[in-house]
Amino acid sequence: MAASFYSKKVMDLFLHPHNAGEIEKPDGVGEVGNPICGDLMRIFIKVKDDKIAEIKFQTFGCASAIATSSMITDLAKGKTLEEALRITRGDVADELGGLPPIKMHCSNLAADGLHEAIYDYYKRAGKPISEKIESEHQRIQKTASHEREENAEQ
Amino acid sequence: MREKVILMEKTVYLDNAATTRVDERVLEVMRPFFTQRYGNASSLHSLGLEAKQALEESRETIAKTLKAQPEEIVFTAGGSEADNLAVIGGALASRAPKKNRIIVSSIEHPAVYNAAEFLKRSGFDVIFLPVDSKAFVKMDELEKALTSETILVSVMHANNEVGTIEPISEIAALCKERGVLFHTDAVQSFTKAPLDLTKLPADLISFSAHKIHGPKGVGALFVRSSMRVQPLIYGGPHEHRLRAGTENVAGIVGFAEAARLAVGEAPNSTTKMRELRDALIKHVLEIDGAHLNGAAPESGARLCNNAHFRFDKIEGEALILRLDALGVCGSTGSACSSASLKPSRVLLSMGLSHVQAHGSLRLTLSRFNTREEIDFAGNCVEKVVKELREFSAIR
Repeated sequence: MAASFYSKKVMDLFLHPHNAGEIEKPDGVGEVGNPICGDLMRIFIKVKDDKIAEIKFQTFGCASAIATSSMITDLAKGKTLEEALRITRGDVADELGGLPPIKMHCSNLAADGLHEAIYDYYKRAGKPISEKIESEHQRIQKTASHEREENAEQ
Repeated sequence: MREKVILMEKTVYLDNAATTRVDERVLEVMRPFFTQRYGNASSLHSLGLEAKQALEESRETIAKTLKAQPEEIVFTAGGSEADNLAVIGGALASRAPKKNRIIVSSIEHPAVYNAAEFLKRSGFDVIFLPVDSKAFVKMDELEKALTSETILVSVMHANNEVGTIEPISEIAALCKERGVLFHTDAVQSFTKAPLDLTKLPADLISFSAHKIHGPKGVGALFVRSSMRVQPLIYGGPHEHRLRAGTENVAGIVGFAEAARLAVGEAPNSTTKMRELRDALIKHVLEIDGAHLNGAAPESGARLCNNAHFRFDKIEGEALILRLDALGVCGSTGSACSSASLKPSRVLLSMGLSHVQAHGSLRLTLSRFNTREEIDFAGNCVEKVVKELREFSAIR
């Protein structure tokens, strides 16, 4: 690969993403982004013994959206739910060797997608949801509706 | 499918609406003007006179391709400067009490569109004309907007994104009838679609060298001899006092040679591009959920080198970067590829949704493309669209 707008790691994962696709009968699904903005991401998880046993993604979006999706699946796989919830957007960007500043906000949704999938798992399994997880869920939902409004105005 | 995509040794360049490869023959005629014939065309010594002569010969060559007079050609530092000089310079020269309206189409190149925005901020009454779903300017809207206060109308000859050729003969005639100046940006269409100034009553026309296998940084504005334009760059008396600055003689010589070659090779080259374009369009439209944007190829109102698509369920930046990895260069109107994170204004003006604009792909040909390259590019598009859809979140 010659000159590139993105880091080598981003390009590698964009061209050869890990864990792309859908999990049939997942234990939790998180959906973030908005196709109007150009990015829509879905994270599927299977949970076993409180750990992420299996994880896959579906993404409509640009190269960085695809690369961050792939990266989050690698970072989260095998982790306990507690550990997975501590993965941040910043961690994903760092692991990718950085993202162009303009892409940091819109295309770096993968951590949110993972947290939403875990939230969905807790809901489905009827497990208690801590205040911290609930507020994270509220924050993600609020960002999404804010972005929808911004686009409706355009 | 997979075996059809065997990597090509060379890049398949299909972004000729962005810029083109300089023709070797153009480079050859330019070369002496850097190290041997480097005189300033304003100097009185022999080197200066040689430069002056080359400059004026180039002006004649460009004028001849348009059936215009040499004194009607003003060289600029590119298409954007020519557009600015036409729109801002034309508006300022004709501004008068109750003469304050400028009309431009909503699909103009940013060089016209943002110049019009500048005029709006400066107190002009600027109207942005809507277009239909194929990107044709709505003539009835133009008629309605053409009040007695109108100074200037600017509608591009061919659109830079979707390749739609606007009915500029009709628009120019209407403007002439109403006594309104007419400017057209012919940067994309020059040497690719007919432009005969003995027939077209346009007052101002913009051109660029690097879209026709000439160098970057050179353009021209045709200024009909009867009209006044306010200069934007002040200094010496160069370019009929319309554009100050030592002339870029090497670039201008290259521009003239590029125009001479392109005109000389037409219509063979334009027929070839049209056939390859049609083959590419046919191939790509066989893909499920692929659509063509802009005028139908058979309408005759589509630029011979332009193919513009949109694909359901995938995003354009990912599409062009995966095509690039296979060696195919194209472009997209997706927000994700723009610095502003906004999708193409042109596509939205045509009534496309944000999601549709995100899935767009522009492939633009040159006379250098081959059938083999076009088949390869078609196969690559097919492969990449399929791959990206396999894990798209839009089902």
